[in-house]
Amino acid sequence: MAQGIRIAGLNKLFPGPDGTSVAAVKDVNLEIAEGKLVTLLGPSGCGKTTLLRMIAGFEEPTSGDIWFGDKRINDEPPNTRDAAMVFQSYAIFPHLDVFENVAFGLRLRKFSKADIEERVKRVLEQTGLLSLARRSPNQLSGGQQQRVALARCIVMEPRVLLFDEPLSNLDAKLRDQMRIEIRELQQRLGITSIYVTHDQVEAMSISDDIVVMNGGVVEQVGSPHTVYARPASRFVADFIGKANFVSATVVDKNSVEVAGKTLTLPGTPGLEKKSRVTLVVRPEAVRLDAAKGDFIGTVSRVMFLGNIAEYLIKIPGIGYWLVDSPNPGETGLFEVGQAVHLSPSRPSIHVLDRA
Amino acid sequence: MFFKARQELKLLARDPILLALLAIIAASIVLFVVYPLAKVFLASVQVDGQWTLSEYVSLAERRLYRNALINSLGVAAFVGVISVIIGFVAAFVLARLNVPGKSLLHYVTLLPIVSPPFVSAVSILFLFGFNGLVTRQLLGLEDFSIYGFHGVVLSQVFTFAPIAYLSLRGVLASISPTLEDAALNIGATRWQTFWKVSFPLSLPGIAGAFLVVFIESMADFGNPLVLAGAAFPMLAPQAYLEITGSFNLARGATLAIILLIPSLTAFAIQRYYLAKRQYITVTGKPTASTSKIVSEPAKWMLYAFVLAFALFVAAFYAVIFVGAFTKVWGFNYTPTADHFIYVFDIGFDTVKDTLIVAIVSTPISGIFGMLVAFLVVRRVFPGRTALEFGSILSFAVPGTVVGIGYILAFNSQPIVLTGTLAILVLCFVFRYMPVGIQSGIAVLRQIDPSIEEAAQNLGADGLTTFRKVTLPLIAPAFFSGLVYAFVRAMTAISAAIFLVSANWNLMTVQILNQVGSGRLGVAAAYSVVVILIVLVAIGVISAFVGRWSRHTSMVRY
Repeated sequence: MAQGIRIAGLNKLFPGPDGTSVAAVKDVNLEIAEGKLVTLLGPSGCGKTTLLRMIAGFEEPTSGDIWFGDKRINDEPPNTRDAAMVFQSYAIFPHLDVFENVAFGLRLRKFSKADIEERVKRVLEQTGLLSLARRSPNQLSGGQQQRVALARCIVMEPRVLLFDEPLSNLDAKLRDQMRIEIRELQQRLGITSIYVTHDQVEAMSISDDIVVMNGGVVEQVGSPHTVYARPASRFVADFIGKANFVSATVVDKNSVEVAGKTLTLPGTPGLEKKSRVTLVVRPEAVRLDAAKGDFIGTVSRVMFLGNIAEYLIKIPGIGYWLVDSPNPGETGLFEVGQAVHLSPSRPSIHVLDRA
Repeated sequence: MFFKARQELKLLARDPILLALLAIIAASIVLFVVYPLAKVFLASVQVDGQWTLSEYVSLAERRLYRNALINSLGVAAFVGVISVIIGFVAAFVLARLNVPGKSLLHYVTLLPIVSPPFVSAVSILFLFGFNGLVTRQLLGLEDFSIYGFHGVVLSQVFTFAPIAYLSLRGVLASISPTLEDAALNIGATRWQTFWKVSFPLSLPGIAGAFLVVFIESMADFGNPLVLAGAAFPMLAPQAYLEITGSFNLARGATLAIILLIPSLTAFAIQRYYLAKRQYITVTGKPTASTSKIVSEPAKWMLYAFVLAFALFVAAFYAVIFVGAFTKVWGFNYTPTADHFIYVFDIGFDTVKDTLIVAIVSTPISGIFGMLVAFLVVRRVFPGRTALEFGSILSFAVPGTVVGIGYILAFNSQPIVLTGTLAILVLCFVFRYMPVGIQSGIAVLRQIDPSIEEAAQNLGADGLTTFRKVTLPLIAPAFFSGLVYAFVRAMTAISAAIFLVSANWNLMTVQILNQVGSGRLGVAAAYSVVVILIVLVAIGVISAFVGRWSRHTSMVRY
């Protein structure tokens, strides 16, 4: 039975050198609705894996509470939490074949032979492993091992599914494919899931909501669209996608001034006059033109990547901007040293409060 | 500190069975490892309830005991050096050079490890003793005596060089041959490459092998008892004679403490100094490259040396075998089955007792050892380091000390065990667990902990995880722990000789008794039976462990 998860005031301190302690997770509050898939996203060392391991029961919180539904599970050992986990290293039992790996948890729960047979077969079918049932794990490819790890979890019909960077050991093509499979399976089964990754593309493509973490702290919680378009902090803007940060002064409640040029930003509430702010300008939201635009700069580097051309452009009085220009095969390239005009698309500009 | 310990215990208490097991293990290590040692120490510094150093003073004053210490140290150091030289050459030739018959030579060289440690002493008596085949029959010597320094050294080198070989083989295998290739490539000569690269890299391993042999030699009881002779006193047999001959427990205990000090020192150096200085330059799969740093003639010279040692081993065993079927060695070489008839008729109870003790203690020792390894590596609890130390301590404690400790500790209230099967089994379990623990720890550290977490995550409690996942994964370590425990239980003498009784006697003790009363033929027959049982048991254990962990061998961790 799927259940929501609530985390309140969660802290984890690890003993550091010389009797000090290091906070891996700081005062995390989180609510995950039933049946949703939420990713914990952040650079390595941001506390995302520690948070996941506390939910699984492998780490003990220093303070705070974790609830599955209306049940506080802090004092439950990992083996009774019913929160099945897909490990980064897959952690397939090397001494058992595929079938026995998947049947492992069912056997522990003393399911009948027929039940086990039936449920394991069904899950192997769903994950495309039926023909490999009697293979030993070392005869499987990385992607197949990944599927075994997943099958072993979903066969338990757990309250919660946990994923610890499950795709980080696969090559790029397979990663894309598994991502889609995991998402489809999760939505079909409707199991509340928490997914840890440091890969923002993965997080964007798979999640209902993204929890961006940095230094043990939750920076922002929101849908993929929100965290990308309206990042709550400079860190979030920088970590998710690429961003140009531009200093600006507020002119009135609808417009800001950048290097002598006034930009009107409708729908940006709460700007304080004369205050300094930082604008987030995404590289793909800047239009380049040879003749006209808001700012003028010179191309200092250009990379042709096929689908886009990636420019680094020097703008006097502002600094360097990254600009992605679509479909360069057709439109042609600006050359290094060439002067170009730049126009940031107004609705895409995001204002960060602090300068 | 206290708070942390309470926190850790609270976590562990979520798994009550595991907590109970931990408590049982900790209590039994205190009771059967630490307590007997403390008893020995107390017996050496207390006379009639008064604290005194008088026993130590009287030891220092008497030449007999001073000589015993000097002799034991001298033999141990000498045997250590010779064994390491033989072991290193054998390891280099068999692990690094391209020569014929390597695996046969390997097994022949290892044969002494699986037989009672003083079988060679019996062989030596057959060959070089008073009526020895070589000394008397072939050379006609009348006044040659094998007893003394040279006899003990000869026998111990034979017994312990294979141990040095085995550990140096591991050392050489962990040094990548590509380093030698690199040295040759930048212009070093072969000689320079060996002394500047290969040798310095294996030096910590060589020192480690020396110390292991040193510890074994200090602790050896059977060879000195048979071959030292009255004019060449040594510590271990002397302590035994004080207790069984003169019933002087305090003096025996004091000698035991004196014996313990060098062994513990060597153990501490090996474990806390050398172990951290081993170079391991190969981490993944071993590179199959043979060494190019010896010239062809040098190669065949080294090979001849190893071949000679292997022949020496084979000859010793052949002598035992022939001796077991010979009427009266030295006088009447008529073939006979009399000695075996004696063993299976009059001596059959002893054969049965030995087998029962070995069969009971082996699985306990094996499972106990793996459990300790599991707890030490995978669980956090207060006193973890102390538990690990306590559990492997008995490796460094000479059997004589343990034997004296057990009779001091378990001869009177509250726990009376002398004369029972239990005291032999307990002694063997706790003495021979460390090898299983050590290899268990080594294997476990290489296994991704998330495999065990996955089992927990799927609903397995601590004990189920251990039984269904950990144990099958560490099957190779479990196997070596079982084999070691069985072999040692079949071949042990130094501690056991204090603990046998009319009801429970052991074959090794019988061999010594037969040697003592001059019936070498019966001693040889017993030895042959012991060796055969050990070889059969290794086969059975490997079949058993192999079947039960079918898939493990195919898996690379």
